[in-house]
Amino acid sequence: MEIEESINKTNNKEGLFKRLFISDSENISTKKRLFNGLLIFLLLVFVFIFSIEKIGYDMRWGAVFKYKHKFILGFKMTFLLSFFSLFTSLIIGSFFTVASRSKFLPLYYLYRFYVAMIRGTPFLVQIYVFFYVIGTAFNLTNRYIMGIIILSLFSGAYVTEIIRSGIEGISKSQLETSDSLGFNTYQKYRYIIIPQVIKKITPPLAGQFLSLVKDSSLLSVIAVNELTKNIQEADSLNFASIENYLLLAGLYMIITIPLSYLSKLLERKFSYEY
Amino acid sequence: MNINIDNLTKSYENNKVLNDININLKNITSLAIIGPSGGGKSTLLRILAGLEKPDKGNIKINDWNILFNEKYLKTYRKNIGMLFQAYNLFPHISAIRNITLPLEEVHKINKKEAFKKAQSLLERFQLSKHSNKRPDKLSGGQKQRVAIARALALNSEFLLFDEPTSALDPELTMEVLDMINNLRKENKDLILVTHEMGFARKACEYTIFISEGKIIEHGESERIFTSPKSKELKRFLGKLFQWH
Ligand SMILES: Nc1ncnc2c1ncn2[C@@H]1O[C@H](COP(=O)(O)OP(=O)(O)OP(=O)(O)O)[C@@H](O)[C@H]1O
Ligand SMILES: [Mg+2]
Repeated sequence: MEIEESINKTNNKEGLFKRLFISDSENISTKKRLFNGLLIFLLLVFVFIFSIEKIGYDMRWGAVFKYKHKFILGFKMTFLLSFFSLFTSLIIGSFFTVASRSKFLPLYYLYRFYVAMIRGTPFLVQIYVFFYVIGTAFNLTNRYIMGIIILSLFSGAYVTEIIRSGIEGISKSQLETSDSLGFNTYQKYRYIIIPQVIKKITPPLAGQFLSLVKDSSLLSVIAVNELTKNIQEADSLNFASIENYLLLAGLYMIITIPLSYLSKLLERKFSYEY
Repeated sequence: MNINIDNLTKSYENNKVLNDININLKNITSLAIIGPSGGGKSTLLRILAGLEKPDKGNIKINDWNILFNEKYLKTYRKNIGMLFQAYNLFPHISAIRNITLPLEEVHKINKKEAFKKAQSLLERFQLSKHSNKRPDKLSGGQKQRVAIARALALNSEFLLFDEPTSALDPELTMEVLDMINNLRKENKDLILVTHEMGFARKACEYTIFISEGKIIEHGESERIFTSPKSKELKRFLGKLFQWH
């Protein structure tokens, strides 16, 4: 009898634990999501506030607010840089995907070297080399245009690999079927390959664009007037480092969180269709 | 259909898959190709379909003196119908679109007409209620039947089928074989690689037996199955019927 009761008790305890924390079905209730999300959020905030208290740091948000024009300017610039680089890197990625499938060997090797070099070296090194060596040699000195080119070339290598693997994921039998039906190369790409590839690569591309937004911060080293650079400047004037960089993180998240949400959405949409 | 193959040879990396194939057949409407696994049946069919280039040899089918350059092959493939074991339909478009797409794009038939043609064929083979489904919502047998309907819609001069039922369970196999038998009635010339010996025997007038890259024996289907001459064919049929 006693034993039974104690079993019941633990069962009840487990029941409560399960009801609160354990994901039990495909559709977790909104309450449960909110509860668990908030729990972790508060935990993180607590750890942070605790640490700030412990080091005895005195937050001075007023000093940050004084430079808000810099934050706004930088935010706009980062947004624009990312936006244009996103398109350019898609174009570059598409071009090198074609190169990677080309029977013309110089083009194929151009692709090989490009991807190997970009993926094999730090972005920082690429920025310096492109800007100070190639940019200077060819008299390309506009920092903004160079910034977009450099960022697009960097991101383009990853985009290339994403598109390429999307195409390779299309089974050989489909290509053979389209051959046997008499499709020419254009028709094969237009009606068979591209529609399927677009579906397949949208989620990883969204992820790549997320990285692109963050990577744009490195362009500050060539004095592109984007968000990170503006905040570094504000920092040298108001010395409120923690506040400045907290705000910086928040501003990046204003761009990246919608992007990652969008990528989740697209992923779900496309996975249902198959 | 007239088929004339001379000295056809094909190797994959030192592995002679087809070794000096020669055959000359006149006025054949349905031809079965049988033989043990790995014997080279699919390779032969793929060469006949213009999907694979032989190392040497000449092939003439009807008026097609097949030249193995891309330009010739493009025209040639447009005019014949090939059906593989599986995955003949494109997964991202509906059954009916699988039929209308090549009609519109490759054969330049206008949208309305293509749709009407596809619809009437699907209806004829009791597939109309599936016409808007994607292939992943169709059974294996339905998929193959849609693919056969497509080959018919394209008005192919003749059809090449490579084991179209081998990925299907017995019931679905029957429904696909029924449909193929239907084609025969309207004199659509057919070359069929198959493991369905009963079907080869009853539905195809002529049979070729291929083993280890060679044509070992060929003749009227009835004769091939009732009185095989070569010891290879005897052994092959003996093994097959051991469990029947
Ligand atoms: N693309 C290829 N590359 C290398 N070897 C191949 C290729 N295609 C086929 N082969 C080889 O050629 C031989 C004949 O293959 P094929 O597919 O023509 O046989 P098959 O008679 O159709 O057999 P099955 O009844 O199993 O389908 C096999 O040994 C196979 O391994
Ligand atoms: Mg085969």
